[in-house]
Amino acid sequence: MTQNNKLLQIENLVLHFKTLNGAVQAVDGVNFTLDSNRAVVVLGESGCGKSSLAKAILRLLPRNAGTYSGHVYLNGRDVMELSEEEFRQNVRWASISMVPQAAMNALNPVIRVGEQVAEPAIVHLGVDKTEALSLVKKMFQHVGVPEDFISRYPFELSGGMRQRVAIAMALVTSPYLIILDEPTSALDVLTQANIFNVLKRLKHELGISFILITHDIATSSELADDVAVMYAGQIVEVNDAHSFFNEPLHPYSKKLMASVPRLHGTEEPEFITGRPPSLINLPVGCRFADRCPSRFEKCTEDPPVVEIEDRKVKCWLYA
Amino acid sequence: MTIMKNQEKPDILVVDQLVKYFPVRSGIFQRVTDWVQAVDKVSFAVKKGETLGMVGESGCGKTTVGRTLLRLVEPTSGSVTFEGRDVLKMGARELKPLRRDMQIIFQDPYASLNPRMPIGESVMEGLQIHNIGSPKERWDIAINMLKKVGLEEYHARRYPHEFSGGQRQRIGIARALALNPKFIVCDEPVSALDVSIQSQVLNILKDLQSEFGLTYLFIAHNLSVVEHISDRVAVMYLGKMVELTDRESLYREPLHPYTKALLSAIPVAHPEQKRERTILKGDVPSPLNPPSGCRFHTRCPIAVDKCSQEEPEFKEIRPGHWVACWLA
Repeated sequence: MTQNNKLLQIENLVLHFKTLNGAVQAVDGVNFTLDSNRAVVVLGESGCGKSSLAKAILRLLPRNAGTYSGHVYLNGRDVMELSEEEFRQNVRWASISMVPQAAMNALNPVIRVGEQVAEPAIVHLGVDKTEALSLVKKMFQHVGVPEDFISRYPFELSGGMRQRVAIAMALVTSPYLIILDEPTSALDVLTQANIFNVLKRLKHELGISFILITHDIATSSELADDVAVMYAGQIVEVNDAHSFFNEPLHPYSKKLMASVPRLHGTEEPEFITGRPPSLINLPVGCRFADRCPSRFEKCTEDPPVVEIEDRKVKCWLYA
Repeated sequence: MTIMKNQEKPDILVVDQLVKYFPVRSGIFQRVTDWVQAVDKVSFAVKKGETLGMVGESGCGKTTVGRTLLRLVEPTSGSVTFEGRDVLKMGARELKPLRRDMQIIFQDPYASLNPRMPIGESVMEGLQIHNIGSPKERWDIAINMLKKVGLEEYHARRYPHEFSGGQRQRIGIARALALNPKFIVCDEPVSALDVSIQSQVLNILKDLQSEFGLTYLFIAHNLSVVEHISDRVAVMYLGKMVELTDRESLYREPLHPYTKALLSAIPVAHPEQKRERTILKGDVPSPLNPPSGCRFHTRCPIAVDKCSQEEPEFKEIRPGHWVACWLA
């Protein structure tokens, strides 16, 4: 296995959760790679396992985690083999950090935002508090938060500013990669545009890579270099953004694209009938077959991943 | 629907100088120390059978407008006339029959249904309150409404937790429809739903509108969604209405700088389709202490001196196109 230029390479990543009704197969054999200074968007409906994928990469496992296996190569090294302590010291936040979903509510309400952002720097970079705070000021400049906000409490900040603070917190340890879980879905369209401008600048100026987890197809196109579409715990298509937005391959991707209401659009947006399968009782064969307009006999068997010039699609139509 | 057609239609609802200030209480005696100016002198009319879209950022007062119209929130002043009768002057006894005609679909389908009540009963609850029909008839109406929104009879005995978000929102619609209303306030009906099912709910709303001749006030922050469903669109900023016109002119030729900024911020699902974007600096000012003059002047890219001193009037500068801006 060669890992040249590959910042992150995920192979057959599995994360199941134990429940009384059986195993929830939230992440079920996910493969994808990410080059440095690229942004990949993971698209999917609610409950398709995209947030669990983020947790699986960062080994942030809830208590009911069941099967957890596969390989996550970071700069060629398999971090799944590291002990919990090594992982905490060298990977989580040191190399890969995360902006959690609803980050605006993830800040501690009784600690000043400057100190919260400084904390990862103190822990991971071993700097003292004064040094950390000057680092925080620099991060605030990068994300467009006024420096004097450092001594404010989260409730004194608007949603957009809190989101920027959360990004600053992910940025402060200068990681290679930041995972953003639905970074703007709770924000207004103007604030969203501002946040995406910040992210684009960070990618350009600091060379950071992003995994952007979202269901908002339109907003994600702002940042995306590559697109990975997730359905029922699996990646069904990996494509570069250019060809994805022009010509998605998987029938599910096509349906998703058609459901986006477009400004000045003449066509009515479509919708996908039915609902995603339960992650406990997954159907045999292609997991999208029940809702797929181009379903045929083959679809009762598990489709292979077909490679078409760098693009990957898990569908019998292309086999 | 064309503009001409719209102009011929009578107004079903006329809102004049509507004001809602929420008191801010503090201290041990909980004295009123300040007022949040949630809605400030908003005037507009909704025509029979149309969908009026209402957009704006969070906290601009659009939900408060929707709720005051139904008197779910008591307004501070102003008047709301529904089919010639002043809603705000009515006592509780007169208001009750009116509530049959004016209904609301709430934003969060996870919070707006009683978790302990089978959805069929939730849908027929309104009929019960208004003493319509026998229990059997009410149940039949409920089932009929559920079928109208694409659910089946056997769903009626199930509880809300057994349904997906899109299904729950459709139950919310069935519930609003059961009383055969004339006017429905749709408060962000699809913003909590996945994009893959949003259009299903929108289509249902459209179909029911033509079937029952309904009038909608459609409140949302997603401008692309509003474009798809509305005949006319109103834009709100910090408690004020800043622009109101038919859909075509609002999306093709917006006149207010705030509307322009909102439209240019909409992402297009295409990486190459680059547009010139007006990105506004800063956040929405606090409605506790709104800026003087035009409330938008602190973020407006083209503001002049006059804007901070005098408040622009909301006036009709072209037939059917209302704007509150000194420079329009």
